[in-house]
This record gives sequence, structure tokens and C-alpha cells, in this order.
Amino acid sequence: MASTKLTVEYIKNLLERGRRLDGRSLNEFREIKVKYGISKKAEGSAEVCVGNTRVVAGVKMEVGEPYPDTPDKGVLVTTAEFLAMAAPEFEPGLPGEDAIELARVVDRGIREGNAIDMEKLCIVEGEKVWVVFLDIFVLNHDGNLIDAAGMATMAALLDARMPKLTEDYEVDRSKLTDPLPIRDIPIPVTVRKHNEHLILDTTALEEEVLKGKFTVTTKINGNLCAMQLSDGMAMTKEEVLKAVRLARDTSSKIRENIFGDQLKRVKKQ
Amino acid sequence: MSDKPSKDFHENITDRLRPDGRKPDDFRPIRIEVGVIKRADGSAYVEFGKTRVVAAVYGPEPMHPRHLADPEKAVLICRYNMLPFSVEERKKPGPDRRSIEISKVVKDALSTVVVLEEFPKCMISVDMVVLEADAGTRVAALTAASLALADAGIPMREMISAIACGRANGQIVVDLTKEEEDAEDAVDVPVAMSSLTKRISLLQMDGDLTIEEFEAILDKASKSCVKIHAMQRDALLKKYKKEGEEVDIDGEY
Repeated sequence: MASTKLTVEYIKNLLERGRRLDGRSLNEFREIKVKYGISKKAEGSAEVCVGNTRVVAGVKMEVGEPYPDTPDKGVLVTTAEFLAMAAPEFEPGLPGEDAIELARVVDRGIREGNAIDMEKLCIVEGEKVWVVFLDIFVLNHDGNLIDAAGMATMAALLDARMPKLTEDYEVDRSKLTDPLPIRDIPIPVTVRKHNEHLILDTTALEEEVLKGKFTVTTKINGNLCAMQLSDGMAMTKEEVLKAVRLARDTSSKIRENIFGDQLKRVKKQ
Repeated sequence: MSDKPSKDFHENITDRLRPDGRKPDDFRPIRIEVGVIKRADGSAYVEFGKTRVVAAVYGPEPMHPRHLADPEKAVLICRYNMLPFSVEERKKPGPDRRSIEISKVVKDALSTVVVLEEFPKCMISVDMVVLEADAGTRVAALTAASLALADAGIPMREMISAIACGRANGQIVVDLTKEEEDAEDAVDVPVAMSSLTKRISLLQMDGDLTIEEFEAILDKASKSCVKIHAMQRDALLKKYKKEGEEVDIDGEY
């Protein structure tokens, strides 16, 4: 979807008047759809569609060694790949800097937002812990990838059930046991900017016009757990604070909207 | 949630001295020098306490490989790297996921001020090497990179200055050390701000902060960036000001 200069000017003109190509208001999300259990072989999996953006995430668990500085905690490993099928500009091969950035931003949200009680994933202190692999794949890129990836990851974690552990610490996947110990539902919301306007949930076409982005991940209690400003956006201090409040309020709405049932379960614990 | 700071919060920002004896707003000893790599087109050395970084700039020169050239502007290439012996545990040489991400956010920040449109089909490379790490390496690297670009005579709309602020041991502090970063409640927020329009172009955070705490951190960070910018300017003047020359510092604004 290469944009012509004419389209770029048109999009800018619309944004100037607080309007968008698809008729949404500046802080309105497209429809979000969540599908759980898209792969039965995974410990947990989910697909999230935000408009035409489509992201899948899967959870696999293995027994491994803890990091020396956290001997009593499980290990979280997050990767992301932008599949070549997802957009004409994506190339096959090792993840590029954008995919690495996405994986690290989503990872920090999950980790620092205490989404998983990592101490519950310790098996033998200093020796054996659960390693949780979070793998994120972008199947179709129509913008706002970090938010979609963050939701897909959270959905996959909420969907996951831990495999049974045999007496000699082998993983027995024929018997899935308890759900993962989920303690919070951090949700990333990415804010973009055109002049003084703040814009949410941009499409791929809009992102060709609005290069920079600012992602803010918030927890259930409204605290901030991860932030990332990048792609060449420059904001005043006031704009940053306005964007943070907008992201926090939006994240709370999204959480109620798509994880309403699980939210009750998580809050109870 | 209310946006009013809580009582606890105010108690937390009293001026207790930090593990190394600094007050909350104090920097570590800062040393900034321009023109330290003689073969490079521009270079700078930045020291925040025991964090020491060198940056060097080459270019603008024709883009290589040529098919990656942008017909409308120069391509900015940034490489942030840590020396294997700059940290406690030896770091395997070469780029890893962390350094790729840091290189990207540093490039993103610099691209908001460098006048890339001046040099179509060219590249400008910025190499940053961490000689010794004691937290805050990305902000030291960005501060050095901005100076190295200026030293290379590359047109910039304004300068970029960067510092990390955050929370450690129950108070909001400036320029955290590794020891402070390892505190139970530590949150480290690297921030970069431009010198004239005071726009923030790098901001990262991970941890757990209320909006009020974040606001206090951002406030300290932006005030600190103004001080860092004055030191950057002094370093440039030291190299470029001729004997007895009068420089109207305010003139640049």
C-alpha cells in the first residue's frame, strides 16, 4: 500500500480537521477481535485482529535453569517476527530492528507489569524453573502492531495451561494442569502525533504519514509499567503527559472490553 | 485514580543523600570533550562518573551499499556497542538485541534534529562505544553522538542532550548509578531533549510508576537536560573558540 504524495497530503489535511480516512475519530480504535486456542499444540495461544491487522501469539513452556541473579524465578523469553506475507515491504530472514523493538517493548510490559507471578514458576530454587517462551508473529500488517501484539500476548498467556511435570522434572504435555499464575493484565497503547493532535490505532497508510510513536503500557491499577518513544517523534513535556493519560484511560477501556471476564479472575487473586 | 500526588509521595521526595553522597538532583562528575578521535570527521567523549563513552562520526559520504541510498535524504546509521570488558560479566563482542534496540532509539532521536534532507543519497555514520558502564550508557552515548555530529559540521536544527532520571531507594533522583539501578524499587527513565524547542525525542521506561512519579521524573529530566546542554556547548567552545574571540552565546538562540 505505497502512498502517493497526494494521499499523504489528503491524510494530513483530514487529521488537521480531526478526521480520518476511515471515518474514525482520532482516539477511536478499530474493532478488536480475540480468538483463543488457535493452536492446540501450544500451552496457550491467541489471535488478535485490530481492523485488518492480524497478530498471533503462542506460549510454550520448558524446564530450564534460572538466571543467576533471580534463582527463585521463572524465565521469560519473548521473540517477534514480521512475516514476509504480512506486508510487501517485509523481507524474509532474521528479525529486523522494528521486530526486535516490538518484542522488547511487549516483553517489558509483561515483565514489569507483573503479568506473571514468576516466583510461582520456580521448581527447584537455583536449579530448575519454568521457561516461558512467548512467540509473536505478525500475519497482516495494517498498523498499530505493538498494541495488537501486546493484546495477543496477553490473550495467549490467559489461555495458557501449564504442562504436567513428572517426578524427574520431565514435561508431560499429555496432561495440562493449572492456568499460568496471571497477576495483572498490562495493555500497551501507542500514541502518534500530527501537529498538536494525538492519534490512536493508526493504519499502515496513516503510519506512512505519522512516523513517530509513543507506546505506554499500563497495569490494572493505572500505574505505568513500560514506555517507549521512538521512530523520530519529538514531543513537548506537556504532550508526553497528555499522551500518557490518554494511553492509560484507553488501556483500561480495552482491558474491560476484551478481557472483562479474566479481569475478575485476576483481580480476585 | 486521582492525579493529586499522595501524602506518601511527598514524603518520598525529601532530600536524603544517595549511596555515593550525592543529593537527588546532583549529577555524577561529568566530563565532556570534543575531537577525541583524530581520523573521524567529528567525535566526542562523555563521562558520567564511571560511565564513559566515545562517539565518532563519518560522513556525509556516498551511501554504501548504493541500493540502500535514499534519493531524498541522507541515511543516518547508528551503532551503539559495549566493549566486552566494560561490564562486570564479560559481554560477548558484537551487536545483540539490546544494542540493536539502543542503536535504533538513538538514531530515531538524532533524526529529529539532523538536517538529513541536505545530503540526498548519502550516509552519515555514528559509532558509539561504551568503554566503561555504570548505568546511563545510552544517554551518555546520545549526548556524545549529538556533539560528534556538531563537531563534524553536520547541519542540525538544534542539539540533543540526554540523561537518565528515576526512582531509587524511595526518592526521585538524577543520573542513577548501577548500584542505584539495582535497588529493589529502582526505575530508570532515560530521556533526551532538544536544546531550543525543548522537545523530547527519546523516552524509555520499565518498572512501576504512578503518573505523579513519572511527572516528577520527567520534570527533573528536562531540567537536567538543560544543564547537560550548557556543558556540551562549553565543550564545543573550548575546541572552536579562538583566543580572545567574543562569542555571543545567546546569539545562537
